[in-house]
Amino acid sequence: MRTAVVVFPGTNCEHDVVHALRSLGGEADLVWHRETDLSDFDGVILPGGFAHGDYLRTGAIARFSPVMAEVGRMAVSAAPVLGICNGFQVLCEAGMLPGALIANRDLAFICRFVEVEVTDTATILTRSAELGQRIRIPLNSYEGNWVDPGAEARVALRYLDNPNGSQGSAAAVANVDGNVVGVMPHPERASDELLGSADGIVLLESFLESLVPA
Amino acid sequence: MTITGQPVHRRLGMTDDEYESVIGILGREPLPAELAMYSVMWSEHCSYKSSRSHLRRFPTQAPWVVVGPGENAGVVDLGDGWLAALRIESHNHPSFVEPYQGAATGVGGILRDVFTMGARPIALWDQIRFGPLDDPKNRYLFGGVVAGIAGYGNAVGVPTVGGEVEFDPTYAGNPLVNVMCLGILREEQLVLGTAGEAGNIAVLLGKATGRDGIGGASVLASASFDDGSQDKRPSVQVGDPFEEKKLIEACLELFEGGLVAGIQDLGAAGLACAISEPSGRAGVGLDVDLDAVHVRESGMTAPEILMSESQERMMAFVRPENVEAVLAVAKRWEIESAVVGKVKAGGTLTVRHQGEIVAEMPAASLADDAPLYDRPFSRPEWLDSLWETPDPPSIHPAEALTRLLDDPGIGSSAWVHEQYDHMLFLNTLCGPGGDGSLLRIRGTTKGLAVSTDGNGGLCLLDPKRGAARLVYEAALNVAMTGARPMAVVDNLNFGNPEKPEVMWQFRETIEGISEACEALGIPVVGGNVSFYNETDGGDIHPTPVVGLLGLADPVPGRLPGLGRAKERMEIWEVGPEATDNLAGSAFQRVVEGHLGGRPTAAEPEMAREVIDLAGSLAHQVPVLHDVSSGGLPVAVAEICIASGVGAELWVESDARLFSEDPHRFILMMEPGTVSLPRALARRIGSVGGDRLSLAGASVELEVLISTFREAIPRRMRG
Repeated sequence: MRTAVVVFPGTNCEHDVVHALRSLGGEADLVWHRETDLSDFDGVILPGGFAHGDYLRTGAIARFSPVMAEVGRMAVSAAPVLGICNGFQVLCEAGMLPGALIANRDLAFICRFVEVEVTDTATILTRSAELGQRIRIPLNSYEGNWVDPGAEARVALRYLDNPNGSQGSAAAVANVDGNVVGVMPHPERASDELLGSADGIVLLESFLESLVPA
Repeated sequence: MTITGQPVHRRLGMTDDEYESVIGILGREPLPAELAMYSVMWSEHCSYKSSRSHLRRFPTQAPWVVVGPGENAGVVDLGDGWLAALRIESHNHPSFVEPYQGAATGVGGILRDVFTMGARPIALWDQIRFGPLDDPKNRYLFGGVVAGIAGYGNAVGVPTVGGEVEFDPTYAGNPLVNVMCLGILREEQLVLGTAGEAGNIAVLLGKATGRDGIGGASVLASASFDDGSQDKRPSVQVGDPFEEKKLIEACLELFEGGLVAGIQDLGAAGLACAISEPSGRAGVGLDVDLDAVHVRESGMTAPEILMSESQERMMAFVRPENVEAVLAVAKRWEIESAVVGKVKAGGTLTVRHQGEIVAEMPAASLADDAPLYDRPFSRPEWLDSLWETPDPPSIHPAEALTRLLDDPGIGSSAWVHEQYDHMLFLNTLCGPGGDGSLLRIRGTTKGLAVSTDGNGGLCLLDPKRGAARLVYEAALNVAMTGARPMAVVDNLNFGNPEKPEVMWQFRETIEGISEACEALGIPVVGGNVSFYNETDGGDIHPTPVVGLLGLADPVPGRLPGLGRAKERMEIWEVGPEATDNLAGSAFQRVVEGHLGGRPTAAEPEMAREVIDLAGSLAHQVPVLHDVSSGGLPVAVAEICIASGVGAELWVESDARLFSEDPHRFILMMEPGTVSLPRALARRIGSVGGDRLSLAGASVELEVLISTFREAIPRRMRG
């Protein structure tokens, strides 16, 4: 069971995500954004960073990267698709998740631990977690403020103390089927007690357990 | 050749004597491009012409030094095939002219210095100093610099894991923005800034060359400020972290594949430096074709192309058979590249543009024949009156403590460091907010500790003692993470070197750093000198910043932390007993509004003993914290704030309480955890309760916390 970790020019969390997945026994490989065939993979993660420099608007250029057609195909085929931080922004721009991410309420970058609560366990990010479970996890973003003027979305994780003004305090949002999820805080940064928290492991394990052979 | 009445060489920041030297080297009047190249390469910023002779004083040897001063970064051996590359740089003047871009390009520049050596940059530290925040101009500069560091560092994908923030009127007209970078590499990946042998091809990688930053090194970095400073804005470069990120990944792939013979980054003096220094170091010549350089704007002249300080560029020297492979790697990472030159035997640098030779000179002359000044120095006469011992102050411990915690340089730095990604790469075991940083090297038992320390007030009162104390303080900080001090880089921020008093401060500082390094047995492996930090004739306090690297092997299983104090723990003070000397202390600056007296001298033997002790205690006790800015009460309060618990201190209310005498730290532990040497350690209190009690006074924990947290935010709200 293999996970593709997509690298756009400007992505910077790819090695951290691969490290965290492998330390949990997962199989993960880096895939360059020009790749047009992900048929060897059973799931895909768009990691954090600044894809294409975040120029124009976060995720606005990345959605046109060649690999995104394959990401879209996997999303439709019910494979697990996870966007972390910048990856969340890309999935929203690509229309695979509802809403958009705008600048934080206080117009400053936020890098610190926050607490979130599991509000939906029928997603590839939260299936192994308990409803109401609290998770201490680092946030690291400038455009982390999720807004959705349209229909109701599935919120998988909610901030306890909304740090960035996100609508409904949403920290993670899923599509209707729960197989495409965007999460603003970084699960891979909460996967080792030595670094301050291992609470994110349950989220990464949920993702790994959601993989089924393509 | 004159423009608006002044000879061109003077407009380029060159003296008449220096111009005569150029004529002597060439045997003729220089062509415009030649004059441009000499003017930037011989600037203070690039040539260290006022400082070189003094910098030789530094101890630079140790068995673990792989590359010492003079290359793009220092390199030390960590054992088991691992090397660390480190470097510190200033971007003071650009940050005053344009804070966001000045600070951002400072980050970009230091990263290139480190990955030029073949290392992956793993962390950054920023030491930033401004005037008081009650002035909106200083708030603008401070906010802009922090945003620039965040904007560039976060996007380029290198965590900023620590640093320093200080506010003092001395920096109001001249903020200091220093940045240190650490990289790691396998020993087989080490690359130097050499052109290699004849036949090698020069490949320019990265962003197109534009008109930004022309003459930055000579016009901006090597001159003082006056009311016309805004006119210098076009000399500030503009950073593009996205291009730098791609450039880092592409270069690291080149190094892994062994595809380059040498490489040099394009920073100060741009192409002029990147073609001359590597050729000079290798004792070869180089043919360069400026028409091959990819440019951003049409109609650029040869001097403009040579002097441009456009960011995110590297010059690789490649054996002919590897050129195709190098260009393919560049293409894959979506960065531009151009073959711009060829290395030749002999030492002549020949530059062509539009079919004509626009510059021809001995390559080494640009670096090696740079002027060397032995500037006069003299001890400032005003120092005697500053040294007069002031009357002993009246001490109100509770009030003094809260005022100190409210100082934006002492209070929480969260407003700053929460804007920096300090967690990327999953290595940050000790991040911002503590004494030293500690980063693990995954797959090994090793950790790299770094502390950066500066104190302008202390160094004004006694530059030699002050600078030595910075080295000892940094060494103690890394020891408290379990690391052994290994190497130093320094950033020497000073005023106008043409003033004998400033030169004296400079020499004394170098002596102080050297003596302390010798006492600890650690080398200086690199540094940076920033002169002309003066505005309208007023020089800044002499402000050396020391960056000290330590190696922890193994990393402590559970690191001491400020947040690990618990009810009923014992509180100990370790190190020599403080005197009542407050010279250069935060108490003087914040509470008394006065600076005077002669600072206590460091004690080398005591320093070694305390540092060794801290290094072993780091593996055994939950809380260690050095006593520095604000003295003992602030050190204990910081632990109480981080741990959410009060404390009772058995101390007396006199000047010793707020002294910052060196070589001291606070230790907290469950009773009987370790046995401490009685000669060095004193029990001074207990953890517990909801207030900090000291010397017959007390402050509620809630007040400590809110004062500390709000020190910067409340001021930035205006």
